[in-house]
Amino acid sequence: MVDTTLQKREAQRGEAEQIRSGPMFIPAVDIIETNNEILLLADMPGVKPDGMDINYEAGVLTIYGRVEPRRKGDENYLLEEYEVGDFSRRFEIGEGIDANKIEAELHDGVLTLHLPKTPEVMPRKISVKA
Amino acid sequence: MVAPYSLTPFTELRRQLDQLFDEFGFGRWRSPLMTTAYPLVNICDVGEELHVEAELPGVKKEDLEIFALGNELTIKGRWRPAAGDGQTRHRQERPSGEFSRVITLPVEVNEDKVAAELKDGVLSVRLPKVEAAKPRKIMLKS
Repeated sequence: MVDTTLQKREAQRGEAEQIRSGPMFIPAVDIIETNNEILLLADMPGVKPDGMDINYEAGVLTIYGRVEPRRKGDENYLLEEYEVGDFSRRFEIGEGIDANKIEAELHDGVLTLHLPKTPEVMPRKISVKA
Repeated sequence: MVAPYSLTPFTELRRQLDQLFDEFGFGRWRSPLMTTAYPLVNICDVGEELHVEAELPGVKKEDLEIFALGNELTIKGRWRPAAGDGQTRHRQERPSGEFSRVITLPVEVNEDKVAAELKDGVLSVRLPKVEAAKPRKIMLKS
């Protein structure tokens, strides 16, 4: 296993990425490592592609998803088990990720980030000389 | 009769904790692993209809089943397992497998006219009330 584990950092309020008031949520994520890349999946229901903001700077990856309010204000709520708000989370990315080749997809409210490993850290099969 | 919808002490406690964290300036966790029922729902009464909304990120339309019968709504589905060999999971916070929840509605609904939509991981169900349960305007005799 290569030492490219992403380190979670809690999203903090009051930083540059929070541009709107209201509750902000930390999305649940899966981080999966394959031979060639690290896959990051984040649950961000209600976020549309144009509301997605992904930033990579100085080893810190920030994902921010804007959620349009679905509440009009005059509804009579009988049950309110969850609140709606933006999603934000930051990750520290270790060495070994090719930041120029990070790709993102958004389907069914799930953000998928492909973080390709740099060739130096990819596993290699070493053949033994006879 | 006990009102079917009231905040349980736990819900209230969580809400207060959430507020506390908001004041300290942290984002809140939105992990389904921390809740007992899945999916969580918001229900609102818009007069002739009930609107039920739930967040189901990652669930495909064809893997979701919705049943309405009388005053019960069932939301049932599954997540497709992620394929792939030679993988290492460093973090797993997102839910997997199957889920099912039966929600008791305050009135009976017209099962034939229930409409559901799944968009960007958000499910919206519109349930028209049966005639007897619809609000009626009472005219005053002059």
